[in-house]
Amino acid sequence: MAETVNITVNGTQHSKEVEGRTLLVHFLRDTLGLTGTHVGCDTSSCGACTVHINGKAVKSCSMLAAQADGKSITTIEGMANGDELHPLQESFREKHGLQCGFCTPGMIMTAADLLNHNPNPSETDIREALEGNICRCTGYHNIVEAIKDAAEKMAVPA
Amino acid sequence: MLPNTVDYYRASSVSDALNVLKANPDAKILAGGHSLIPAMKLRLNSPSMVIDIANLSDLNYIKEEGGNIRIGAMTTHGQIAHSSLLAEKLPLFTETADVIGDVQVRNMGTIGGSIAHADPSADWPAALLAADASIVVTNGDETRSIPATDFFVGFFSTALEEGEIITEIQVPVPATGTKMTYQKFMQPASRFAIVGCAAMAKVENGVVADVKVAFTGVSDGPFRDGNVEAAISGKTTTAENIASAAAQAASDVNLNADHYADEDYRQHLARVYAKRALSAVCG
Repeated sequence: MAETVNITVNGTQHSKEVEGRTLLVHFLRDTLGLTGTHVGCDTSSCGACTVHINGKAVKSCSMLAAQADGKSITTIEGMANGDELHPLQESFREKHGLQCGFCTPGMIMTAADLLNHNPNPSETDIREALEGNICRCTGYHNIVEAIKDAAEKMAVPA
Repeated sequence: MLPNTVDYYRASSVSDALNVLKANPDAKILAGGHSLIPAMKLRLNSPSMVIDIANLSDLNYIKEEGGNIRIGAMTTHGQIAHSSLLAEKLPLFTETADVIGDVQVRNMGTIGGSIAHADPSADWPAALLAADASIVVTNGDETRSIPATDFFVGFFSTALEEGEIITEIQVPVPATGTKMTYQKFMQPASRFAIVGCAAMAKVENGVVADVKVAFTGVSDGPFRDGNVEAAISGKTTTAENIASAAAQAASDVNLNADHYADEDYRQHLARVYAKRALSAVCG
């Protein structure tokens, strides 16, 4: 049975028909073509599919698109301001916070949630916040460095 | 598409959810969905319909009333972890909520959904048992309050009857001076408890009184460990007394075994974590 969902993604309102079983991540990738949100596992463990729903980090593989009806979603595509990268994106680039890049969208969305409510996180805060995101290049060290760097950049008004 | 075909229904109220559930006995209630959706993706569960109750804001609250803490079933783990009321009155709950899954899971998963699912390695059951919680359930006609000790009946099994849903968790406000803790050895990817031990105790004149110790992950369901409780109750808080009480842990239960921890190792871990928990609450 098809469901009509009204979902705002990166500021744009979408009204679409979805099957009841459609996962949010598939709605984002296949229906809207926003393929920046990745699927890295099928057991809700890896965090590559992390997006923000009403400002909070969630795993878009573990919810139905229908559950997001009426909600506002931000994906990695919504982070940059035109050609200007988000400070987290800039810091991941500068600090080599990615190797293959597969986990990066999820890492950045989780980090953005952390910095929203904790603008000056300790290294422990950062590592705990990343509990739900797995990097298989073992790049955690530089990911943590990148998030620290972004926090510093965001604290100083340009 | 990972899950099987399913009809989605967004409930407008508890009674609406109950009516639709009555008309569709194969339907499942969808709370935060962080147990049910993963199970549906693996096709371990393929309900004909999901009834979404996550948006029922009248099931989302944390308050103190008449000597009880009352938590609405749709309150998320994250909301509980950040509750200043619970940090002050029932820190066992903030401590437990804070180690459930990861940030993303805590932002969606709910206390009601978790206990209805009753995963034998979930964190909430140990905390609810140690805190003497009751679970309020309704079928629309009748509302009943089930003590946690009667609610969890075994492997993914609860005392919930068909056509009932959980509306609230109630916990008597612990007496002033009561200490409490949740200690957990977790599976590193799923972050479920291989062994989780919740404990509450009050020390009066150097003697342990009113002690409760509960485990999750150890057996096919969560349980209060009467042997540990009896062994430390009325005793002084020496390291020796704590060690000998903890050594009684998980003595007469069916022990879980999987590729992370066999029976002997799980029992050993239960004793280690009982000692840590007792040391924390008997200090």
